[in-house]
Amino acid sequence: MIYAISIYGEPGVFEALPKERQDQVLARHIELQEALKKRGAFISMKLMPPTSAVMVEPAPSAERVPLIVDGPFSETKENFLGFYAADFDSLDEALDYAKMISSPIARLEVRPVAWAGGAMSSE
Amino acid sequence: MSDWLEAAFVQHRPRAIAALTRVFRDVDAAEDAFAEACLKALTAWSESGAPRDPLAWLLTTARHSGLDSLRTSQRRAALLARYGEDVHTMPQDPPDPDEMRDDVLRLLFMCCHPELDRRDQIALALRIVAGLSVEEIARGFLVKPKTMEQRITRAKKKIATHPVAFETPSPQERGTRLGEVTLMIYLMFNEGWSTSVGPDQIKLTLCEEAIRLARLLVELFPAMGEQTALLALLLLQHARRAARVDRAGRLVPFDDQDRALWDRAAIAEALGLLQKAQRINHTGVYTIQAAIAAAHAIAQRPEDVDWALIEAQYAALYALQPSPVVRLNQIAAQARLHGPAFALKAMEPLAGDLQGYRWFHAMRGAFLQELGDHQGAIAALETVLTLGPTTPEITAIKEKIAASQKNLGPASG
Repeated sequence: MIYAISIYGEPGVFEALPKERQDQVLARHIELQEALKKRGAFISMKLMPPTSAVMVEPAPSAERVPLIVDGPFSETKENFLGFYAADFDSLDEALDYAKMISSPIARLEVRPVAWAGGAMSSE
Repeated sequence: MSDWLEAAFVQHRPRAIAALTRVFRDVDAAEDAFAEACLKALTAWSESGAPRDPLAWLLTTARHSGLDSLRTSQRRAALLARYGEDVHTMPQDPPDPDEMRDDVLRLLFMCCHPELDRRDQIALALRIVAGLSVEEIARGFLVKPKTMEQRITRAKKKIATHPVAFETPSPQERGTRLGEVTLMIYLMFNEGWSTSVGPDQIKLTLCEEAIRLARLLVELFPAMGEQTALLALLLLQHARRAARVDRAGRLVPFDDQDRALWDRAAIAEALGLLQKAQRINHTGVYTIQAAIAAAHAIAQRPEDVDWALIEAQYAALYALQPSPVVRLNQIAAQARLHGPAFALKAMEPLAGDLQGYRWFHAMRGAFLQELGDHQGAIAALETVLTLGPTTPEITAIKEKIAASQKNLGPASG
């Protein structure tokens, strides 16, 4: 089963941490990536801050076009910051990997995902 | 554990101080109340974890402790008598997003008091909004902490006696405030950037705080192209911080910078922001400057830089901001396209306006050197030395003078 480990947190808090704390957080991500690499294929994405987002809102009626909205967006306390996804043997295994990057500034969600197509490489 | 909490406090500070300033009509009272709330959070959050809405928790706690101290303080009893009604009838925390947006903008705008010197405005914003210590700000401005303390105290008194309207601003008023505040943040970055080399590394703090404030503006006004572009511009500049000085603390010219040292993540974010800003389709001075910085950032090698695009952007900037310095930058781009002789000729009409501007003479020196006029180059470069260059600049200029003297050779020299 493919599980996504999604990371939620308050944007900006990581950036406000002292450098050595940031490095500690990053070190755990590198550790996780190394561990995932060892067991097979995985992907991970880091979302840029919500301020860089543009929304496509549904068209108000059938004859209109979708609305592009630059903001303002609803004030959410926690934001979707990024995710990992890999084919894990079990939920327990996925949780074990998720624990590797647990920290006070992030809430993690582990949820099964279905493959929906496409392919991409980082190059 | 307390590191995480500190980071959360820093993140919430601008919004919290802004909302509390509206409640108490007094920046000092707001700062005290917020400090008190953070102190309480240190214990409460360490024991039972951070609440789901930390800002609301901090605001409620700060409002209560602020009220308590208002009651016991003689000085502030008057404030309470005047605004007590508002304090008690205040709606639940946190305020709605529109109100919060105007609160933060108002607080930043209060720091931009027109009677304050620009640097004092910046210092005040760093102290009140960013929450930097007086010592940190003093180091950033290369003054004694005592001096900075006095300047900040004086500036605070000035803004207290000249209060800004607390009503919801009109769209025009909001636009004016936003323009002023955006410029202040831009200048805060430049204050740090212009000398953040050699022994003045602390000045990078000013750059980082300016970026944080620019980010805050974009969070509050996400549909404003110019504010989005300012954040992009500052990120693009700051991305080059590691490459613009060498190990000896000397400035590295743009073309000689090791592009591997540029901060790729910052550049990627900035390019995303710039595309968003350009989509909003209001081409202002920050959007143009960000586009110029982006043209440099996306070039893999110095020879890949699209100088024609940059020249066109400077022409557009000059149309909005017809200053001789902008024109000089346009000419610098033209020099890449049409050569140094063309550029020297184009610079001539600016000689009067820019006679005290050291980059004018540094550019002239470089072009004359390129054309083999070493006598002229030395004269121009020596003028630069009389116009107050920074230590790393002096080193660079002296090296250039020495190179020209060598080229003059023993026969002619």
